[in-house]
Amino acid sequence: MSDIAIVDIIKPENLVYEKTKLMTDKTLSYCPGCGHGTAHRLMMEVVGELGQENDTVGVAPVGCSVLAYEFMNVDMQEAAHGRAPAVATAIKRLWPGKMVFTYQGDGDLAAIGTAETIHACNRGEQIVIVFINNGIYGMTGGQMAPTTLPQMKTSTSPYGRDIQTMGNPLKITELVAQLPGTYYVTRQSVQSPAAARKAKRAIKKAFQNQLDGKPGLSFVEIVSNCNSGWKMEPVQSNEWMEENMFPYYQLGDIKVDGKLL
Amino acid sequence: MGELRLMKGNEALAEAAIRAGTDGYFGYPITPQSEVIEYLMAEKPHERTGMVVLQAESEVASINMLYGGGGTGKKVMTSSSSPGISLMQEGLSYMAGGEIPCIVANIVRGGPGLGDIQPAQSDYFQSVKGGGHGDYRLPVLAPASVQEMSDFVPIAYELAFKYRTPVLIVSDGLIGQMMEKVELFDQMPRLTDEEINEKYPWGTNGKPKGQERRILTSLDLDPHKLEKHNFKLQEKYRTIEENEVQYELIDCEDAEYIIVAYGSSARISQKAVQLAREEGIKVGILRPITLWPFPKNAIDELVVGGVKGFLSVEMSAGQMVEDVKLTVRERTKVDHFGRYGGVIHSPEEVLEALKSKIIGG
Repeated sequence: MSDIAIVDIIKPENLVYEKTKLMTDKTLSYCPGCGHGTAHRLMMEVVGELGQENDTVGVAPVGCSVLAYEFMNVDMQEAAHGRAPAVATAIKRLWPGKMVFTYQGDGDLAAIGTAETIHACNRGEQIVIVFINNGIYGMTGGQMAPTTLPQMKTSTSPYGRDIQTMGNPLKITELVAQLPGTYYVTRQSVQSPAAARKAKRAIKKAFQNQLDGKPGLSFVEIVSNCNSGWKMEPVQSNEWMEENMFPYYQLGDIKVDGKLL
Repeated sequence: MGELRLMKGNEALAEAAIRAGTDGYFGYPITPQSEVIEYLMAEKPHERTGMVVLQAESEVASINMLYGGGGTGKKVMTSSSSPGISLMQEGLSYMAGGEIPCIVANIVRGGPGLGDIQPAQSDYFQSVKGGGHGDYRLPVLAPASVQEMSDFVPIAYELAFKYRTPVLIVSDGLIGQMMEKVELFDQMPRLTDEEINEKYPWGTNGKPKGQERRILTSLDLDPHKLEKHNFKLQEKYRTIEENEVQYELIDCEDAEYIIVAYGSSARISQKAVQLAREEGIKVGILRPITLWPFPKNAIDELVVGGVKGFLSVEMSAGQMVEDVKLTVRERTKVDHFGRYGGVIHSPEEVLEALKSKIIGG
């Protein structure tokens, strides 16, 4: 092998993977080790594979992924905090032939935007919501989120989340699954190649549902890490996520083809 | 001549929305403007023009639906009344920043807080001075009749798309609820998707083949870039101030005194002028049609022409009077009269105030 130069190996016939065409060349603003980049890539791969590059409108949230529109190479709108489902509702209603998605974090979707989330789901808007749950407010510096686990330390729960005074972590995904307006509800993760492949299948199913005009909203939660906010090394944060987040936020499909599992 | 109908102001606004080629109306019920969405739902505009009508879960959702829809180049509109309009201020600020066209009609009621459901004009500050956060202005049209509730809708769309800005139609519960004869304009066609893409290439409705994607945002974390964006917005506001002022002068040719009044107060003041002239008092009305941009030049010309005093008549504790004072700059007398909190002043009260505060004051 040592006799073969790299240039001899990099040939079209040896190509097994390439940069996602629908990701821009802009350097990701996410912390090294964060799951956002992988989630972005999977979504843009799906949009490309479904041939929807010119017929997709995305809505970015407020939070770490506020700049998602810098990285996703499709038409994008940046919504006010929590309002992405309302923004997406109007885009889809006025352009029913287009594929419309929102990309939101836990603070955006499950705290300030709870009403917009619940009602877009309840109306059965034919959009895709991708929900990144890392149990913390990343962008503002690690404050408690609606999804922060009991006893979990954050900058606004420095002694750990006391559920007596700070409430319980909100399983909003199970909540929206109860609404007749949701057609597909699933919880995934992207911390390993195997998990990312599964998550991609779920994202593809969600977008395919919209493309096929299935009645209702497709909702994909991705349980993710926040190594900076959790104050951990990236690998350690993924281990912590598997040990602590996954038991509370159990992975897998919750509702498929409009039926609760 | 267009079709004549006897309608409530709110109904005229709703019918005009359909006829002006609105693509989407997104609203939430609140007294005294609920007839707007009720009329639209009953009228089935989807069958008439393909227009979408949706009852949102809140005013917060409505205004953000306008952000989404307006951001794609579609004609979108909502209406509400004072407390609901307060909830929309965040969205209006984002739309001013993101330069997204839309129409927001405010059928003003008494405040502050939940206030009451009677007519008021106490949202002037909120309408013309910003309302939401950041340096921005919104064109504000103030109808004074049911006829203008209809006529101003296409005018508002024209301004909204010409300048890529939300436009407010600020009316009040009196004009919203009262019935008058209205001559409706003929149905205007909704733009096709192709026409939208041609006219509004900024609309985020799917990246055109072989072209760059479009982004709508009000965010720029680089302060120097954001300042540059603000310079551009301010330049736009100056252009609007120079070109879009609208007002009406009523009986001003020989007037020694001027009542400045808009909307319902202008209507009431017309009767007060009639009573005053019967007593030999020469008074006229300057009616701002655009509350912003404010008709400063018109007031200035009246001052230069020798007017002895201005009375700002508003159903508020005195808001527009501040803009009259800023224009008059103490060259002559300026005062305010108005009942508020949902109370409507009578023409006699207006005349009495003119006598006591301006003529004899």
